[in-house]
Amino acid sequence: MTLLAVQLLNGFQLGMLLFLVAAGLTLVFGVMNFVNLAHGVQYMLGAYLGVTCASLAGGFWLGLLLAAMAAGAFGLALEWLIFRHLYARSDLDQVLATFGIIVTLNEAVRLLWGSAPLELPMPDLLSGSFMLMDGLRYPVYRIAITAVGLLVGLALAFLVNRTRAGMLIRAGASNPDMVNALGVDIRRLFRLVFGIGAMLAGFAGVLAAPLVSVEPGMGENVLILAFVVIVIGGIGSIRGAFIAAILVGLVDTVGRTMITDLSHAVLSGQAASRLGPALASMLIYLVMAAVLAWRPAGLFPART
Amino acid sequence: MTDLLRITDLRKHYGALRVTDGVTLKLAPGSIHAVIGPNGAGKTTLIHQISGTVRPDAGSIHLADHDITTLPPHRRARLGLARSFQITSVLPEFSVLENVALAVLGARGSAFGFLRPLAAEKRLNDAASTVLARVGLAARPASLAGALSHGEKRQLELALALAAEPKVMLLDEPLAGAGPEEAERLIALLATLRGHCGILLVEHDMDAVFQLADEISVLSQGRVIANGTPAEIRADPAVRAAYLGEDF
Repeated sequence: MTLLAVQLLNGFQLGMLLFLVAAGLTLVFGVMNFVNLAHGVQYMLGAYLGVTCASLAGGFWLGLLLAAMAAGAFGLALEWLIFRHLYARSDLDQVLATFGIIVTLNEAVRLLWGSAPLELPMPDLLSGSFMLMDGLRYPVYRIAITAVGLLVGLALAFLVNRTRAGMLIRAGASNPDMVNALGVDIRRLFRLVFGIGAMLAGFAGVLAAPLVSVEPGMGENVLILAFVVIVIGGIGSIRGAFIAAILVGLVDTVGRTMITDLSHAVLSGQAASRLGPALASMLIYLVMAAVLAWRPAGLFPART
Repeated sequence: MTDLLRITDLRKHYGALRVTDGVTLKLAPGSIHAVIGPNGAGKTTLIHQISGTVRPDAGSIHLADHDITTLPPHRRARLGLARSFQITSVLPEFSVLENVALAVLGARGSAFGFLRPLAAEKRLNDAASTVLARVGLAARPASLAGALSHGEKRQLELALALAAEPKVMLLDEPLAGAGPEEAERLIALLATLRGHCGILLVEHDMDAVFQLADEISVLSQGRVIANGTPAEIRADPAVRAAYLGEDF
Protein backbone atom coordinates (compact mmCIF):
# COMPACT_ATOMS: atom_id res chain seq x y z
CA MET A 1 0.00 0.00 0.00
CA THR A 2 2.75 2.45 0.94
CA LEU A 3 4.70 1.29 -2.09
CA LEU A 4 1.72 1.98 -4.33
CA ALA A 5 1.36 5.47 -2.86
CA VAL A 6 5.01 6.20 -3.56
CA GLN A 7 4.71 4.86 -7.08
CA LEU A 8 1.62 6.96 -7.72
CA LEU A 9 3.43 10.10 -6.58
CA ASN A 10 6.50 9.21 -8.64
CA GLY A 11 4.26 8.59 -11.62
CA PHE A 12 2.66 12.02 -11.28
CA GLN A 13 6.06 13.62 -10.96
CA LEU A 14 7.38 11.87 -14.09
CA GLY A 15 4.18 12.88 -15.85
CA MET A 16 4.75 16.54 -15.01
CA LEU A 17 8.31 16.48 -16.37
CA LEU A 18 7.04 14.78 -19.52
CA PHE A 19 4.34 17.40 -19.84
CA LEU A 20 6.88 20.23 -19.74
CA VAL A 21 8.79 18.59 -22.59
CA ALA A 22 5.75 17.46 -24.55
CA ALA A 23 3.92 20.82 -24.43
CA GLY A 24 6.39 22.47 -26.78
CA LEU A 25 6.72 19.39 -28.95
CA THR A 26 3.00 19.04 -29.52
CA LEU A 27 2.54 22.72 -30.41
CA VAL A 28 5.49 22.77 -32.80
CA PHE A 29 4.29 19.56 -34.45
CA GLY A 30 0.68 20.75 -34.45
CA VAL A 31 1.07 24.35 -35.59
CA MET A 32 3.83 23.94 -38.15
CA ASN A 33 3.67 20.24 -38.95
CA PHE A 34 7.35 20.16 -38.12
CA VAL A 35 8.88 16.95 -36.75
CA ASN A 36 11.52 18.12 -34.30
CA LEU A 37 13.54 15.18 -32.97
CA ALA A 38 16.00 17.69 -31.53
CA HIS A 39 13.45 18.79 -28.92
CA GLY A 40 15.00 16.32 -26.44
CA VAL A 41 18.30 18.11 -26.89
CA GLN A 42 16.75 21.17 -25.25
CA TYR A 43 16.04 19.04 -22.19
CA MET A 44 19.66 17.86 -22.05
CA LEU A 45 20.98 21.38 -22.63
CA GLY A 46 18.72 22.65 -19.87
CA ALA A 47 20.26 20.16 -17.45
CA TYR A 48 23.86 21.00 -18.47
CA LEU A 49 23.23 24.72 -18.51
CA GLY A 50 21.58 24.31 -15.12
CA VAL A 51 24.71 22.70 -13.69
CA THR A 52 26.95 25.41 -15.13
CA CYS A 53 24.69 28.37 -14.36
CA ALA A 54 24.08 27.13 -10.82
CA SER A 55 27.80 26.92 -10.10
CA LEU A 56 28.52 30.27 -11.80
CA ALA A 57 25.59 32.08 -10.27
CA GLY A 58 26.19 30.37 -6.95
CA GLY A 59 22.77 28.81 -6.44
CA PHE A 60 20.09 26.58 -7.83
CA TRP A 61 17.39 29.21 -8.26
CA LEU A 62 19.32 31.72 -10.30
CA GLY A 63 20.79 28.78 -12.23
CA LEU A 64 17.27 27.54 -13.02
CA LEU A 65 16.21 30.94 -14.32
CA LEU A 66 19.33 31.54 -16.39
CA ALA A 67 19.42 28.02 -17.81
CA ALA A 68 15.76 28.08 -18.88
CA MET A 69 16.26 31.42 -20.62
CA ALA A 70 19.48 30.26 -22.26
CA ALA A 71 17.80 27.07 -23.49
CA GLY A 72 14.95 29.16 -24.95
CA ALA A 73 17.43 31.47 -26.67
CA PHE A 74 19.34 28.48 -28.02
CA GLY A 75 16.11 27.00 -29.38
CA LEU A 76 15.28 30.27 -31.14
CA ALA A 77 18.80 30.38 -32.61
CA LEU A 78 18.39 26.81 -33.93
CA GLU A 79 15.02 27.78 -35.41
CA TRP A 80 16.54 30.77 -37.18
CA LEU A 81 19.69 28.97 -38.37
CA ILE A 82 18.28 25.60 -39.40
CA PHE A 83 14.66 24.74 -38.75
CA ARG A 84 13.00 27.53 -40.71
CA HIS A 85 14.66 26.19 -43.85
CA LEU A 86 13.04 22.81 -43.25
CA TYR A 87 9.35 23.72 -42.90
CA ALA A 88 8.59 23.28 -46.58
CA ARG A 89 10.57 20.03 -46.78
CA SER A 90 9.26 16.49 -46.38
CA ASP A 91 8.91 14.74 -43.01
CA LEU A 92 11.90 12.57 -43.87
CA ASP A 93 14.17 15.57 -44.45
CA GLN A 94 13.02 17.06 -41.14
CA VAL A 95 13.68 13.80 -39.29
CA LEU A 96 17.14 13.43 -40.84
CA ALA A 97 18.17 17.02 -40.20
CA THR A 98 16.94 17.12 -36.62
CA PHE A 99 18.49 13.71 -35.94
CA GLY A 100 21.76 15.18 -37.20
CA ILE A 101 21.35 17.97 -34.69
CA ILE A 102 20.91 15.42 -31.87
CA VAL A 103 24.15 13.63 -32.80
CA THR A 104 26.06 16.88 -33.24
CA LEU A 105 24.90 18.43 -30.00
CA ASN A 106 25.42 15.26 -27.98
CA GLU A 107 29.03 15.26 -29.15
CA ALA A 108 29.36 18.99 -28.59
CA VAL A 109 28.15 18.52 -25.03
CA ARG A 110 30.67 15.70 -24.57
CA LEU A 111 33.45 18.02 -25.77
CA LEU A 112 32.40 20.94 -23.60
CA TRP A 113 31.44 19.17 -20.38
CA GLY A 114 33.12 15.74 -20.76
CA SER A 115 31.44 12.31 -20.87
CA ALA A 116 31.37 11.75 -17.12
CA PRO A 117 27.91 12.25 -15.62
CA LEU A 118 27.47 15.52 -13.75
CA GLU A 119 25.36 16.25 -10.73
CA LEU A 120 23.25 19.22 -9.83
CA PRO A 121 22.72 19.44 -6.07
CA MET A 122 19.16 20.00 -4.90
CA PRO A 123 18.37 23.43 -3.48
CA ASP A 124 18.58 23.37 0.30
CA LEU A 125 15.06 24.65 0.60
CA LEU A 126 13.63 21.52 -1.05
CA SER A 127 16.15 18.88 -0.13
CA GLY A 128 14.40 17.31 2.83
CA SER A 129 11.65 14.75 3.00
CA PHE A 130 8.39 14.69 4.90
CA MET A 131 6.22 12.07 6.53
CA LEU A 132 3.67 10.88 4.00
CA MET A 133 2.15 8.22 6.21
CA ASP A 134 3.34 5.91 8.95
CA GLY A 135 6.78 4.63 8.15
CA LEU A 136 7.04 6.43 4.84
CA ARG A 137 8.94 9.57 4.05
CA TYR A 138 8.71 11.21 0.63
CA PRO A 139 11.20 13.74 -0.84
CA VAL A 140 9.98 17.34 -0.89
CA TYR A 141 11.77 17.95 -4.18
CA ARG A 142 9.61 15.49 -6.11
CA ILE A 143 6.46 17.07 -4.72
CA ALA A 144 7.83 20.48 -5.74
CA ILE A 145 8.35 19.28 -9.33
CA THR A 146 4.79 18.02 -9.43
CA ALA A 147 3.50 21.34 -8.12
CA VAL A 148 5.56 23.34 -10.61
CA GLY A 149 4.32 21.16 -13.45
CA LEU A 150 0.73 21.79 -12.39
CA LEU A 151 1.37 25.55 -12.19
CA VAL A 152 2.97 25.64 -15.63
CA GLY A 153 0.08 23.58 -16.96
CA LEU A 154 -2.39 26.13 -15.58
CA ALA A 155 -0.36 29.04 -16.96
CA LEU A 156 -0.20 27.43 -20.39
CA ALA A 157 -3.91 26.67 -20.29
CA PHE A 158 -4.53 30.36 -19.55
CA LEU A 159 -2.17 31.48 -22.31
CA VAL A 160 -3.68 29.15 -24.88
CA ASN A 161 -7.35 29.51 -23.96
CA ARG A 162 -7.67 33.07 -22.70
CA THR A 163 -5.28 35.29 -24.65
CA ARG A 164 -5.26 36.43 -28.25
CA ALA A 165 -1.87 34.89 -28.91
CA GLY A 166 -3.27 31.64 -27.56
CA MET A 167 -6.35 31.90 -29.74
CA LEU A 168 -4.02 32.22 -32.72
CA ILE A 169 -1.96 29.25 -31.58
CA ARG A 170 -5.09 27.08 -31.37
CA ALA A 171 -6.32 28.38 -34.71
CA GLY A 172 -2.89 27.81 -36.25
CA ALA A 173 -2.82 24.23 -34.99
CA SER A 174 -6.25 23.67 -36.51
CA ASN A 175 -5.68 25.21 -39.95
CA PRO A 176 -2.38 27.05 -40.56
CA ASP A 177 -2.99 27.93 -44.23
CA MET A 178 -6.29 29.56 -43.46
CA VAL A 179 -4.91 31.53 -40.53
CA ASN A 180 -2.06 32.71 -42.75
CA ALA A 181 -4.57 33.84 -45.38
CA LEU A 182 -6.41 35.86 -42.73
CA GLY A 183 -3.36 38.08 -42.39
CA VAL A 184 -1.55 36.42 -39.50
CA ASP A 185 2.22 36.05 -39.87
CA ILE A 186 2.34 32.31 -39.21
CA ARG A 187 6.15 32.25 -39.09
CA ARG A 188 6.18 34.79 -36.31
CA LEU A 189 3.54 32.80 -34.47
CA PHE A 190 5.71 29.74 -34.88
CA ARG A 191 8.79 31.47 -33.50
CA LEU A 192 6.78 32.43 -30.43
CA VAL A 193 5.59 28.85 -29.94
CA PHE A 194 9.04 27.47 -30.62
CA GLY A 195 10.71 29.76 -28.10
CA ILE A 196 8.20 28.86 -25.38
CA GLY A 197 8.56 25.15 -26.14
CA ALA A 198 12.36 25.22 -26.08
CA MET A 199 12.33 27.15 -22.83
CA LEU A 200 9.93 24.71 -21.16
CA ALA A 201 11.99 21.69 -22.24
CA GLY A 202 15.13 23.35 -20.90
CA PHE A 203 13.28 24.20 -17.70
CA ALA A 204 12.26 20.54 -17.36
CA GLY A 205 15.90 19.53 -17.86
CA VAL A 206 17.07 21.73 -14.99
CA LEU A 207 14.28 20.46 -12.73
CA ALA A 208 15.15 16.84 -13.50
CA ALA A 209 18.90 17.34 -13.13
CA PRO A 210 19.05 16.76 -9.33
CA LEU A 211 17.15 13.46 -9.75
CA VAL A 212 19.04 11.94 -12.67
CA SER A 213 22.63 11.90 -13.83
CA VAL A 214 23.34 14.65 -16.30
CA GLU A 215 24.99 13.02 -19.30
CA PRO A 216 25.09 13.22 -23.12
CA GLY A 217 22.10 11.49 -24.71
CA MET A 218 19.85 11.99 -21.69
CA GLY A 219 17.36 13.81 -23.92
CA GLU A 220 16.55 10.83 -26.12
CA ASN A 221 14.69 8.72 -23.57
CA VAL A 222 12.58 11.69 -22.65
CA LEU A 223 12.02 12.54 -26.31
CA ILE A 224 10.61 9.10 -27.07
CA LEU A 225 8.27 9.28 -24.08
CA ALA A 226 7.27 12.81 -25.10
CA PHE A 227 6.35 11.56 -28.58
CA VAL A 228 4.24 8.82 -27.01
CA VAL A 229 2.57 11.52 -24.93
CA ILE A 230 1.69 13.80 -27.84
CA VAL A 231 0.46 10.91 -29.98
CA ILE A 232 -1.82 9.69 -27.19
CA GLY A 233 -2.94 13.23 -26.31
CA GLY A 234 -3.61 14.30 -29.87
CA ILE A 235 -1.06 16.34 -31.82
CA GLY A 236 -1.34 20.08 -31.18
CA SER A 237 -3.41 19.79 -28.01
CA ILE A 238 -2.06 21.17 -24.73
CA ARG A 239 -4.91 19.60 -22.78
CA GLY A 240 -4.21 16.26 -24.49
CA ALA A 241 -0.51 16.54 -23.68
CA PHE A 242 -1.28 17.24 -20.03
CA ILE A 243 -3.60 14.27 -19.58
CA ALA A 244 -1.49 11.90 -21.66
CA ALA A 245 1.68 12.90 -19.79
CA ILE A 246 0.08 11.96 -16.47
CA LEU A 247 -1.21 8.73 -18.01
CA VAL A 248 2.20 7.79 -19.42
CA GLY A 249 3.96 8.76 -16.18
CA LEU A 250 1.60 6.63 -14.11
CA VAL A 251 1.56 3.66 -16.46
CA ASP A 252 5.33 3.65 -16.77
CA THR A 253 5.96 3.95 -13.03
CA VAL A 254 3.10 2.05 -11.44
CA GLY A 255 2.81 -0.42 -14.31
CA ARG A 256 6.44 -1.46 -14.01
CA THR A 257 6.04 -2.47 -10.39
CA MET A 258 2.69 -4.12 -10.85
CA ILE A 259 3.68 -6.15 -13.91
CA THR A 260 6.83 -7.39 -12.22
CA ASP A 261 4.86 -8.41 -9.13
CA LEU A 262 2.12 -9.94 -11.23
CA SER A 263 4.49 -12.02 -13.35
CA HIS A 264 6.12 -13.33 -10.18
CA ALA A 265 2.73 -14.35 -8.86
CA VAL A 266 1.74 -16.18 -12.04
CA LEU A 267 5.01 -17.65 -13.27
CA SER A 268 7.96 -19.43 -11.70
CA GLY A 269 10.95 -17.36 -10.56
CA GLN A 270 13.23 -17.38 -13.58
CA ALA A 271 10.61 -16.95 -16.28
CA ALA A 272 9.04 -14.17 -14.28
CA SER A 273 12.27 -12.23 -13.88
CA ARG A 274 12.75 -12.37 -17.64
CA LEU A 275 9.17 -11.66 -18.70
CA GLY A 276 8.33 -9.00 -16.12
CA PRO A 277 10.80 -6.27 -17.13
CA ALA A 278 10.25 -6.96 -20.84
CA LEU A 279 6.50 -6.52 -20.50
CA ALA A 280 6.97 -3.50 -18.26
CA SER A 281 8.98 -1.55 -20.80
CA MET A 282 6.41 -2.39 -23.48
CA LEU A 283 3.53 -1.22 -21.37
CA ILE A 284 3.27 2.42 -22.50
CA TYR A 285 3.44 1.34 -26.13
CA LEU A 286 0.61 -1.11 -25.54
CA VAL A 287 -1.37 1.72 -23.97
CA MET A 288 -0.56 3.92 -26.97
CA ALA A 289 -1.67 1.21 -29.39
CA ALA A 290 -4.90 0.74 -27.45
CA VAL A 291 -5.65 4.48 -27.42
CA LEU A 292 -4.93 4.77 -31.15
CA ALA A 293 -7.16 1.80 -31.94
CA TRP A 294 -9.93 3.53 -30.02
CA ARG A 295 -9.22 7.11 -31.15
CA PRO A 296 -6.85 7.19 -34.13
CA ALA A 297 -6.16 10.94 -33.82
CA GLY A 298 -5.44 10.76 -30.09
CA LEU A 299 -7.58 11.78 -27.14
CA PHE A 300 -8.00 15.48 -27.99
CA PRO A 301 -7.14 16.00 -31.66
CA ALA A 302 -6.48 19.66 -32.52
CA ARG A 303 -6.53 19.27 -36.26
CA THR A 304 -9.67 18.27 -38.09
CA MET B 1 -9.81 53.91 -62.36
CA THR B 2 -6.98 51.47 -61.87
CA ASP B 3 -7.74 47.78 -61.84
CA LEU B 4 -8.02 46.20 -58.39
CA LEU B 5 -6.07 43.19 -59.46
CA ARG B 6 -3.71 43.05 -62.42
CA ILE B 7 -1.98 39.82 -63.37
CA THR B 8 0.58 40.21 -66.13
CA ASP B 9 2.10 37.38 -68.15
CA LEU B 10 2.23 35.02 -65.16
CA ARG B 11 4.22 31.83 -65.65
CA LYS B 12 4.76 28.75 -63.51
CA HIS B 13 6.02 25.36 -64.53
CA TYR B 14 6.64 22.11 -62.69
CA GLY B 15 9.32 20.30 -64.71
CA ALA B 16 8.12 20.26 -68.30
CA LEU B 17 4.50 20.90 -67.30
CA ARG B 18 3.46 24.50 -67.83
CA VAL B 19 0.74 24.98 -65.24
CA THR B 20 0.49 28.72 -65.78
CA ASP B 21 1.55 29.72 -69.27
CA GLY B 22 1.48 33.47 -69.72
CA VAL B 23 -1.76 34.34 -67.95
CA THR B 24 -2.89 37.97 -68.05
CA LEU B 25 -6.05 38.96 -66.16
CA LYS B 26 -7.64 42.15 -64.88
CA LEU B 27 -10.25 42.71 -62.23
CA ALA B 28 -12.15 46.00 -62.49
CA PRO B 29 -13.42 47.69 -59.30
CA GLY B 30 -16.71 46.31 -58.05
CA SER B 31 -16.88 43.57 -60.63
CA ILE B 32 -17.00 39.80 -60.54
CA HIS B 33 -14.51 38.08 -62.81
CA ALA B 34 -14.98 34.32 -63.12
CA VAL B 35 -12.20 31.93 -64.11
CA ILE B 36 -13.49 28.67 -65.52
CA GLY B 37 -11.83 25.71 -67.16
CA PRO B 38 -11.68 21.94 -67.09
CA ASN B 39 -9.96 20.09 -64.24
CA GLY B 40 -6.19 20.41 -64.56
CA ALA B 41 -6.43 23.71 -66.44
CA GLY B 42 -4.35 25.41 -63.73
CA LYS B 43 -7.07 27.29 -61.83
CA THR B 44 -5.95 26.24 -58.36
CA THR B 45 -2.27 26.97 -59.06
CA LEU B 46 -3.32 30.39 -60.32
CA ILE B 47 -5.24 31.06 -57.09
CA HIS B 48 -2.23 29.90 -55.06
CA GLN B 49 0.05 32.31 -56.90
CA ILE B 50 -2.34 35.21 -56.37
CA SER B 51 -2.77 34.43 -52.67
CA GLY B 52 0.95 33.87 -52.20
CA THR B 53 1.37 30.22 -51.28
CA VAL B 54 3.04 29.45 -54.64
CA ARG B 55 5.73 31.72 -56.08
CA PRO B 56 5.45 32.33 -59.88
CA ASP B 57 8.48 31.78 -62.13
CA ALA B 58 7.83 34.98 -64.08
CA GLY B 59 5.28 37.72 -64.51
CA SER B 60 3.78 40.08 -61.97
CA ILE B 61 0.72 40.48 -59.73
CA HIS B 62 -0.49 43.91 -58.66
CA LEU B 63 -3.10 44.56 -56.00
CA ALA B 64 -4.33 48.10 -56.72
CA ASP B 65 -1.03 50.04 -56.75
CA HIS B 66 1.07 47.46 -54.90
CA ASP B 67 3.31 44.92 -56.58
CA ILE B 68 2.57 41.84 -54.47
CA THR B 69 4.33 39.27 -56.68
CA THR B 70 6.81 38.24 -53.99
CA LEU B 71 4.97 39.12 -50.77
CA PRO B 72 4.08 36.36 -48.26
CA PRO B 73 0.37 35.52 -47.84
CA HIS B 74 -0.22 37.46 -44.63
CA ARG B 75 1.18 40.68 -46.14
CA ARG B 76 -1.14 40.32 -49.12
CA ALA B 77 -4.03 39.79 -46.74
CA ARG B 78 -3.23 43.02 -44.90
CA LEU B 79 -3.10 44.91 -48.20
CA GLY B 80 -6.69 43.87 -48.81
CA LEU B 81 -6.64 40.46 -50.47
CA ALA B 82 -8.98 37.93 -48.88
CA ARG B 83 -9.47 34.37 -50.02
CA SER B 84 -11.68 31.39 -49.43
CA PHE B 85 -10.54 27.82 -49.82
CA GLN B 86 -11.76 25.03 -52.08
CA ILE B 87 -12.01 22.76 -49.05
CA THR B 88 -14.28 24.23 -46.39
CA SER B 89 -12.00 26.11 -44.01
CA VAL B 90 -13.46 27.28 -40.75
CA LEU B 91 -12.14 26.65 -37.25
CA PRO B 92 -14.55 23.95 -36.06
CA GLU B 93 -13.81 24.24 -32.33
CA PHE B 94 -14.28 28.01 -32.24
CA SER B 95 -17.66 29.72 -32.10
CA VAL B 96 -18.99 31.41 -35.22
CA LEU B 97 -18.31 34.82 -33.66
CA GLU B 98 -14.76 33.85 -32.62
CA ASN B 99 -14.00 32.71 -36.16
CA VAL B 100 -14.92 36.11 -37.52
CA ALA B 101 -13.26 38.00 -34.66
CA LEU B 102 -10.04 36.19 -35.48
CA ALA B 103 -10.34 37.29 -39.10
CA VAL B 104 -10.89 40.91 -38.01
CA LEU B 105 -7.79 40.67 -35.78
CA GLY B 106 -5.67 39.13 -38.51
CA ALA B 107 -6.59 41.90 -40.92
CA ARG B 108 -5.69 44.59 -38.40
CA GLY B 109 -2.31 43.02 -37.82
CA SER B 110 -2.67 43.49 -34.07
CA ALA B 111 -3.21 39.86 -33.33
CA PHE B 112 -0.25 39.15 -31.09
CA GLY B 113 -1.26 41.13 -28.02
CA PHE B 114 -1.55 39.10 -24.86
CA LEU B 115 -3.83 41.48 -23.04
CA ARG B 116 -7.35 42.18 -24.07
CA PRO B 117 -8.84 45.41 -22.81
CA LEU B 118 -12.60 44.99 -22.56
CA ALA B 119 -13.38 47.99 -24.75
CA ALA B 120 -11.22 46.64 -27.57
CA GLU B 121 -12.87 43.26 -27.13
CA LYS B 122 -16.30 44.82 -27.53
CA ARG B 123 -15.28 46.72 -30.68
CA LEU B 124 -13.91 43.48 -32.10
CA ASN B 125 -17.07 41.53 -31.40
CA ASP B 126 -19.23 44.36 -32.75
CA ALA B 127 -17.27 44.37 -35.99
CA ALA B 128 -17.60 40.58 -36.19
CA SER B 129 -21.37 40.74 -35.55
CA THR B 130 -21.83 43.26 -38.35
CA VAL B 131 -20.10 40.93 -40.79
CA LEU B 132 -22.17 37.95 -39.60
CA ALA B 133 -25.35 39.91 -40.26
CA ARG B 134 -24.21 40.59 -43.81
CA VAL B 135 -23.84 36.89 -44.63
CA GLY B 136 -27.06 35.89 -42.87
CA LEU B 137 -25.55 34.21 -39.80
CA ALA B 138 -26.56 36.85 -37.24
CA ALA B 139 -28.78 34.33 -35.44
CA ARG B 140 -26.01 31.88 -34.57
CA PRO B 141 -22.96 33.71 -33.18
CA ALA B 142 -22.43 31.29 -30.28
CA SER B 143 -22.72 28.03 -32.22
CA LEU B 144 -19.54 26.07 -32.75
CA ALA B 145 -18.46 26.46 -36.37
CA GLY B 146 -18.09 22.69 -36.61
CA ALA B 147 -21.81 22.27 -35.85
CA LEU B 148 -23.00 24.38 -38.80
CA SER B 149 -24.55 22.85 -41.91
CA HIS B 150 -22.38 22.74 -45.00
CA GLY B 151 -24.10 25.76 -46.54
CA GLU B 152 -23.75 27.75 -43.32
CA LYS B 153 -20.03 26.91 -43.18
CA ARG B 154 -19.74 28.32 -46.68
CA GLN B 155 -21.51 31.47 -45.48
CA LEU B 156 -19.11 31.68 -42.55
CA GLU B 157 -16.15 31.41 -44.91
CA LEU B 158 -17.49 34.39 -46.81
CA ALA B 159 -17.78 36.22 -43.50
CA LEU B 160 -14.12 35.42 -42.75
CA ALA B 161 -13.12 36.87 -46.10
CA LEU B 162 -15.36 39.93 -45.67
CA ALA B 163 -14.16 40.63 -42.12
CA ALA B 164 -10.96 42.11 -43.50
CA GLU B 165 -12.96 44.63 -45.55
CA PRO B 166 -10.92 43.47 -48.52
CA LYS B 167 -10.36 45.20 -51.83
CA VAL B 168 -10.34 41.85 -53.59
CA MET B 169 -11.79 38.47 -52.67
CA LEU B 170 -10.48 35.27 -54.24
CA LEU B 171 -13.19 32.68 -54.01
CA ASP B 172 -12.06 29.15 -54.80
CA GLU B 173 -15.20 27.14 -55.59
CA PRO B 174 -17.44 28.73 -52.96
CA LEU B 175 -20.35 26.54 -54.02
CA ALA B 176 -18.49 23.22 -53.92
CA GLY B 177 -20.50 20.60 -52.07
CA ALA B 178 -23.59 22.79 -51.63
CA GLY B 179 -27.03 21.35 -52.43
CA PRO B 180 -29.31 23.12 -54.94
CA GLU B 181 -31.11 25.23 -52.33
CA GLU B 182 -27.90 26.12 -50.51
CA ALA B 183 -26.29 27.03 -53.83
CA GLU B 184 -29.18 29.34 -54.66
CA ARG B 185 -28.87 31.09 -51.30
CA LEU B 186 -25.09 31.45 -51.70
CA ILE B 187 -25.45 32.84 -55.22
CA ALA B 188 -27.90 35.45 -53.93
CA LEU B 189 -25.46 36.28 -51.15
CA LEU B 190 -22.53 36.62 -53.56
CA ALA B 191 -24.62 38.91 -55.74
CA THR B 192 -25.08 41.29 -52.78
CA LEU B 193 -21.30 41.59 -52.45
CA ARG B 194 -20.91 42.97 -55.95
CA GLY B 195 -19.80 46.59 -55.73
CA HIS B 196 -18.33 46.23 -52.21
CA CYS B 197 -15.15 44.66 -53.51
CA GLY B 198 -13.77 42.98 -56.59
CA ILE B 199 -14.29 39.22 -56.72
CA LEU B 200 -12.20 36.72 -58.63
CA LEU B 201 -14.35 33.63 -58.72
CA VAL B 202 -13.24 30.11 -59.59
CA GLU B 203 -16.32 27.93 -59.84
CA HIS B 204 -17.52 24.77 -61.56
CA ASP B 205 -21.21 25.57 -61.23
CA MET B 206 -21.88 27.15 -64.65
CA ASP B 207 -25.32 28.43 -63.64
CA ALA B 208 -23.67 30.41 -60.87
CA VAL B 209 -20.87 31.66 -63.10
CA PHE B 210 -23.19 32.91 -65.85
CA GLN B 211 -25.55 34.52 -63.31
CA LEU B 212 -22.84 36.29 -61.35
CA ALA B 213 -19.92 37.13 -63.60
CA ASP B 214 -19.39 40.46 -65.34
CA GLU B 215 -16.42 38.99 -67.16
CA ILE B 216 -15.29 35.41 -67.74
CA SER B 217 -11.86 34.03 -68.58
CA VAL B 218 -11.55 30.47 -69.80
CA LEU B 219 -8.39 28.65 -68.77
CA SER B 220 -7.13 25.59 -70.59
CA GLN B 221 -3.73 23.97 -70.16
CA GLY B 222 -2.43 27.00 -68.32
CA ARG B 223 -3.50 29.54 -70.95
CA VAL B 224 -6.40 31.96 -71.19
CA ILE B 225 -8.11 30.71 -74.35
CA ALA B 226 -11.01 33.14 -74.21
CA ASN B 227 -12.07 36.24 -72.33
CA GLY B 228 -15.24 38.29 -72.48
CA THR B 229 -18.73 38.90 -71.19
CA PRO B 230 -20.88 35.86 -70.36
CA ALA B 231 -22.73 36.31 -73.68
CA GLU B 232 -19.48 36.40 -75.65
CA ILE B 233 -18.14 33.32 -73.88
CA ARG B 234 -21.36 31.41 -74.44
CA ALA B 235 -21.06 32.12 -78.16
CA ASP B 236 -17.33 31.41 -78.50
CA PRO B 237 -16.81 28.31 -80.66
CA ALA B 238 -13.36 27.52 -79.19
CA VAL B 239 -14.79 27.53 -75.68
CA ARG B 240 -17.66 25.29 -76.68
CA ALA B 241 -15.22 22.82 -78.18
CA ALA B 242 -12.76 22.89 -75.29
CA TYR B 243 -15.01 23.00 -72.35
CA LEU B 244 -18.68 23.75 -72.39
CA GLY B 245 -19.77 21.01 -74.76
CA GLU B 246 -22.01 21.38 -77.78
CA ASP B 247 -25.24 21.09 -75.86
CA PHE B 248 -24.50 24.13 -73.72
